[in-house]
Amino acid sequence: MSGGTYYVPEQSKLPIFASFGLFLTVFGAANWMNGNSSGPWLFFAGGLTFAAVLWNWFSIVISENMAGLNSPQLKRSYVIGMGWFIFSEVMFFAAFFGALFYIRALALPWLAGEGDGVDNALLWPGFANEWPLMTTPDMAANGENAIQKGPEAAMSWPGFGGLFSWLPFWNTVVLLTSSVTVHFAHTAIKNNNRKQFNIMLGVTVLLGFIFLFLQAEEYIHAYHELGLTLQSGIYGTTFFMLTGFHGAHVTMGTIMLLVMWLRSVLKGHFKPDDNFGFEAASWYWHFVDVVWVGLFFVVYVFG
Amino acid sequence: MAHGPAKGITRWLYTTNHKDIGSMYLWFSFAMFFLGGIFALVIRAELFQPGLQIVEPNFFNQMTTMHGLVMVFGAVMPAFVGLANWMIPMQIGAPDMALPRMNNWSFWILPFAFAMLSSTLFMDGGAPNFGWTFYAPLSTTYAPPSVTFFIFAIHIMGASSIMGAINIIATIVNMRAPGMTYMKMPLFVWTWLITAFLLIAVMPVLAGVVTMMLMDIHFGTSFFDAAGGGDPVLFQHVFWFFGHPEVYIMILPAFGIVSAIIPTFARKPLFGYASMVYATAAIAFLSFVVWAHHMFTVGLPIAGELFFMWATMLIAVPTGVKVFNWVATMFKGAMTFETPMLFSIAFVILFTIGGFSGLMLAIAPADFQYHDTYFVVAHFHYVLVPGAIFSITAGVYYWLPKWCGNMYNETMGKLHFWLAFIGLNVTFFPMHFSGLAGMPRRIPDYNMMFADWNMISSVGAFLFGAAQVLFLYNVIATIIGGKKATDEVWENPEGLEWTVPSPAPYHTFETPPEYK
Repeated sequence: MSGGTYYVPEQSKLPIFASFGLFLTVFGAANWMNGNSSGPWLFFAGGLTFAAVLWNWFSIVISENMAGLNSPQLKRSYVIGMGWFIFSEVMFFAAFFGALFYIRALALPWLAGEGDGVDNALLWPGFANEWPLMTTPDMAANGENAIQKGPEAAMSWPGFGGLFSWLPFWNTVVLLTSSVTVHFAHTAIKNNNRKQFNIMLGVTVLLGFIFLFLQAEEYIHAYHELGLTLQSGIYGTTFFMLTGFHGAHVTMGTIMLLVMWLRSVLKGHFKPDDNFGFEAASWYWHFVDVVWVGLFFVVYVFG
Repeated sequence: MAHGPAKGITRWLYTTNHKDIGSMYLWFSFAMFFLGGIFALVIRAELFQPGLQIVEPNFFNQMTTMHGLVMVFGAVMPAFVGLANWMIPMQIGAPDMALPRMNNWSFWILPFAFAMLSSTLFMDGGAPNFGWTFYAPLSTTYAPPSVTFFIFAIHIMGASSIMGAINIIATIVNMRAPGMTYMKMPLFVWTWLITAFLLIAVMPVLAGVVTMMLMDIHFGTSFFDAAGGGDPVLFQHVFWFFGHPEVYIMILPAFGIVSAIIPTFARKPLFGYASMVYATAAIAFLSFVVWAHHMFTVGLPIAGELFFMWATMLIAVPTGVKVFNWVATMFKGAMTFETPMLFSIAFVILFTIGGFSGLMLAIAPADFQYHDTYFVVAHFHYVLVPGAIFSITAGVYYWLPKWCGNMYNETMGKLHFWLAFIGLNVTFFPMHFSGLAGMPRRIPDYNMMFADWNMISSVGAFLFGAAQVLFLYNVIATIIGGKKATDEVWENPEGLEWTVPSPAPYHTFETPPEYK
């Protein structure tokens, strides 16, 4: 609530083009999924438009800041905006975590005949509750003729003996380390240590790429060796949707941090007292890290 | 900073001005209100008599679905955001919204989203026909192909809502004039702050549930398919975890508007300001723990039925506090009955009727009788039409002179009110009776025994629709002419918005005012 004039930008073409790009992207995606041959073209044209608008938008915001237009009050608006954006992401993941909890704690036991509801044994005779769900209700009732089949193997906890050869463990190590390195990078820029900042942020980006590489390896392993796919009943569904959306967010976070690293290395951006572009990306990074810790326990260790 | 609006169409396309964006939101909402209204009139025309007269059953289902979606996401929500855009900066003494470009982005997503949603009416297989609540598997296994477009339309309008809400929170937290502490903010600002929190908390959950649908439809997952270990009831849980707070998103700003209008025309300060704030927060909190009261008949365990029944009934307490405060504000006031006040008083009375039928529905064993009947339709239309729509209308009449500098014609305003008031009661009150008698909702044909009530409802619906054409006329007539409004417009109204000239200049409060 400080005084002084608040910078209200002039007219801008960014929002209308951003809306158009976003619309074209989803319109193309919907056409693509419905088997319309123009779908992919619209989708990629929209995606490119949207990316170009975002590029321009961020560069304008950066140059406004460097031109000294941003008062401390305006900067607070960006800080508040980023904080609430991350909260919205938390709630998005909450929907999928909630779905997993509901399935495991209530839906599957009920499907197996527990509780005082309808006796599902009539619908799915022989179905037994287990997690990971290897035998779907369809398989229990229809055997070989089942359409919804479970996986052949799951990603579960191998016991302490197999810990070091268990890929999710190394993924956790990589991501937790990266959260520490990005914190060191933040400390470095606050102490005006540019070299340390570039090294630590570079290491973070590298760790992000390593995580994504390992995650891709895990998916390939799941699809080719474990018979575990997105279509593998509710286990495959929740496994790939939770880890997949997390992976998509790690990808976004890595790109964000990479851009910040390039801004610092190539352009010398960020000052000890003015680095919110970087700090926002680091918040986002800590957020995807926390989500991973949740996933590690819920999807892997106790999954 | 340029001091006047730009010329031509680019003023609206490229604007960063909260007043321009607020006007666009309001006009967009008005257009959607008429579109959704036409869908409603198709429904009422078909239901005028039993039997199938005018439309095919599948098209009837598309009408009920599109009516709900357009009214909720296209009419009510953008109208409140439009009022927020216009009024929040002016009420807290801010030069604009905190993030003006993102503000315009939030708006311009909506025309694209609704163009895409409306275009489904012309697609093979028709528009979504599974009800606005789009329960799986109706919306997945048995859905028309246009469901994919529906899903992506929901995605982008959700993004619009989240960005709008972030902007509102940043504005209220960061942009208040010196001296305006939280407990001095006008209630419209308070209710919107809490509404914005609800939006950011639940719109991502809506995005999540439509994403699950998308994956089930196109990518072979089994979220809502019991054959693979999923559960269609999971859809309802996730949907209503969004859906119930959504109901309050559509009513909390209404509380704020009415809390501004009643003191002005009762010529007394609002009774119980602090309790209004706490009651709003309590309602928002409770909205997160009552969602399964929409699902009493799906086979919840008895503990679930009881918890959600009692939690739902608790909402009556803070809501009762609010109604009491509005009545106490009017008590012994020097009341006059201009159009905004008429709509506000009707709000208090009719919203309370909707609240009471809500209490009836909250009783789990009784709900087994009411579920999916016209009683439910009567209930939620009594909270949404005299609740959300009347409060928006009241707000428009109340602030329109400030926006355009002209007074509306009081006689025409009152005519609009009485036609709308009579129309809505004739439409929706009989639905209580047809519902209690057992008439199911979302069915194009019905038993002869319901014929009288339905005919009355249909007559009322067309009367209500006609009244809204009068509203459109009143708004346009006021914008292009009419008696000049004074800066205060009303007699000693409270709030910073009345300290600026009428019409409000393009930029207000470029240097923050000192709030007493």
